[in-house]
Amino acid sequence: MMDTLSPGFGDPVADSQACFRAVLDAMSRPGRVARVAGVVPPAPLGVAAAAVALCLFDHETPIWLDPRADACADWIGFHTGAPRVELDRASFALALSLPDFASLTAGTHESPEQSATIVLQVASIGTGSAFRLSGPGLRTPTVLRVTGLPDDFVARWDANRALFPRGIDLVLCADDRLTALPRGIRIEEG
Amino acid sequence: MAYVAVKGGERAIDSAHAWMAEKRRGNPEVAELSLDQIEQQLGRAVDRVMGEGSLYDRELAALAIKQAQGDLIEAAFLLRAYRTTLPRFAHSLAVETTNMRIERRISAIFKDLPGGQILGPTYDYTHRLLDFGLTEPSANAPAPTEPPDDASMPRVPDILGAEGLLESVGAPNREPGDLTRQPLTFPADRDVRLQALARGDEGFLLAMGYSTQRGYGGSHPFAGEVRMGTVAVEIEPAELGFAIDIGDIVVSECQMVNQFKGSKTAPPQFTRGYGLVFGFSERKAMSMALVDRAMRAAELGEDVTAPAQNVEFVLYHSDNVEGTGFVEHLKLPHYVDFQSELQNVRRLRDEVERLREAAE
Amino acid sequence: MKGYNFAYLDEQTKRMIRRALLKAVAIPGHQVPFGSREMPLPYGWGTGGIQITAAILGASDVLKVIDQGADDTTNAVSIRRFFARTANVATTTRTDEASVIQTRHRIPEKQLNEDQIIVYQVPQPEPLFRLESSRIETKRMHGLADYGLMHVKLYEDIARFGQISISYDYPVMVNGRYLMSPSPIPSFDNPKMHMMPALQLFGAGREKRIYAIPPWTEVRSLDFEDHPFRAINAPDPCGLCGATDSYLDEVVTDDKGGRLFVCSDTDHCAERRAQGHIGADGMRDAAE
Repeated sequence: MMDTLSPGFGDPVADSQACFRAVLDAMSRPGRVARVAGVVPPAPLGVAAAAVALCLFDHETPIWLDPRADACADWIGFHTGAPRVELDRASFALALSLPDFASLTAGTHESPEQSATIVLQVASIGTGSAFRLSGPGLRTPTVLRVTGLPDDFVARWDANRALFPRGIDLVLCADDRLTALPRGIRIEEG
Repeated sequence: MAYVAVKGGERAIDSAHAWMAEKRRGNPEVAELSLDQIEQQLGRAVDRVMGEGSLYDRELAALAIKQAQGDLIEAAFLLRAYRTTLPRFAHSLAVETTNMRIERRISAIFKDLPGGQILGPTYDYTHRLLDFGLTEPSANAPAPTEPPDDASMPRVPDILGAEGLLESVGAPNREPGDLTRQPLTFPADRDVRLQALARGDEGFLLAMGYSTQRGYGGSHPFAGEVRMGTVAVEIEPAELGFAIDIGDIVVSECQMVNQFKGSKTAPPQFTRGYGLVFGFSERKAMSMALVDRAMRAAELGEDVTAPAQNVEFVLYHSDNVEGTGFVEHLKLPHYVDFQSELQNVRRLRDEVERLREAAE
Repeated sequence: MKGYNFAYLDEQTKRMIRRALLKAVAIPGHQVPFGSREMPLPYGWGTGGIQITAAILGASDVLKVIDQGADDTTNAVSIRRFFARTANVATTTRTDEASVIQTRHRIPEKQLNEDQIIVYQVPQPEPLFRLESSRIETKRMHGLADYGLMHVKLYEDIARFGQISISYDYPVMVNGRYLMSPSPIPSFDNPKMHMMPALQLFGAGREKRIYAIPPWTEVRSLDFEDHPFRAINAPDPCGLCGATDSYLDEVVTDDKGGRLFVCSDTDHCAERRAQGHIGADGMRDAAE
């Protein structure tokens, strides 16, 4: 099995740093889209989702992996060492469709950082349904276009946002592009 | 002009380092210390630095002591900074001190016991008279040796425990915490507390332990057993499925036995305080056991009134690397804040003056 | 540097810090515990800031390090050298050239831009620590957003002194939710945190906490309607460049009460002088 796995980052130190800065930038300025590189992704993952996994997962982060992404389970296990667990125990969920926010851990009022992050691979970022974002990180409201979020996304996000400071953070990935939606951001249909 | 003095920081640092290196070497006509000499002849210093530096490596500890000119807190810091980014390959299994190859083993609560009392290499009954014979190198007469005692040496608490007189302590059914990876959170479980104490400053633990004997959280301690010797460290690689021995370390262990009058849920029995430290560090192991017991006050339904019983207080202040850094950082420039305070005090005084004048 | 990873920290440690940073950004002003490592510099010297900088720094970054606003103070020199040596990054003293600025006790006078990150060294992240020493209690207060203790303290100040008596490390509310220590910057710098275009990251190594303020986020210094927040600064202009809007160091020039006020931000002062601004003492200085 192992010898058929594609490699991880070409330059692990530089590539994970670059990927992290892209995620940090997107989390700081919600909706900002960045491109990442450095990895040949295993199907069905795109470059961005694979890079985020290599950048943030390790044996200290239990992950939930979408069963439809089973084909890349060995690749993720080998390169990150992250143990695979049920949704409610995961630090990260690597998903191909948006899981129910309530099935993930949202932290406590005293330790809201003990919450899960969803890394969601969608069909496209930059085209598709428009969402109007406002809140910390944004001087003025901005519009993010995404294809692949559920129809009731805004309502589901509102329920997640209502938990603040508890809540789930979302990293969206499509091909080599990524952006992020931290729990406190306001999202309206654009 | 005066402010120009802050310029030239770069050169100042280089000069300071060069001077420090010169001071460390001292008079070049005096032979330079070798790491072997430190490791062999300053063994207690090496033990302390390994314990507080959280790294069992006698040679590196000796190097740290040499580099720090014998400043043991500085040496522990050097060792910590080295260990912190080392990759982790495995976690050891719990060391089994019952199987210790004993160098010293004493119990204060039994005159004699299975395995016997073994004094070992101790200062306990030396007369503290400066030995001027040591001012000159001398060949030491070898210590008399006895054949090793093969008799089993049960740990004293196990003897008491068999009778039900000592509380039983089950092993936690989870991996122990690790303060070097996860920051302290409260309530802190005993595994994490013990880890913090084992890394803690000997002087701090001594003072805290001592305070419990003077009425600040007393717990009627008896030294159930102190033992020192060599234990095996084993790991169990997942791919092997069985334990392998990766080496031996010397540790000191202390089991304090403390009086306990019982509570609503527990019958009268003795309770435990536990200490385990790298190397021959009996003072610290005993202090640790006292403080461990003191920190169990709340769990045992006792009033928490004394500093040693205050888990948050003890754990946040026991680490000498943290403590020395923060105390000493006061020598870094603080002039921005100080001058902010200067303006502030001037403003407050003006206000007081204005009010006084208005009142007159 | 031989034997060490890029920017000193191992990749596993960087990942841990990076995860904490993302949480910190997502919960502005909330202190996120992290597995702070011993660094080769002592606690109190900026180990929290150094760990954050090490976790974010890339080969193309340009780093500026200041202590008390100055690039040439010994600790700033030492930290800048540390990263030049371990990460081989370019360093600068120019605020506008830096992509990452690590600071102790000041915010540069020049407004930071969207492409910059400022990393604060924090000795004590808990804004309530003088009022409540137990972190179990203060954590509970943050959880409930119960900051009555701090309001009472400020109110008592006003009753006693007629004003709020805090001149540095002046507490702020971030995004209307979390009470936060801005680190021991003079309160003069507090307004710069409000709606800052740059990302602000805070590292407390010894206390093992990371927190953050995203760009364009509301940061309000605590005050009362009838006693609005007032920044404290020396009343004089800078003796060297004549600036009237910068934070000033008071330099003792003799033992007869002689004082000189100069910009604490050395880059700001140098830039102004290069542009031809001259203060009263700068004139004299040049003549000497």
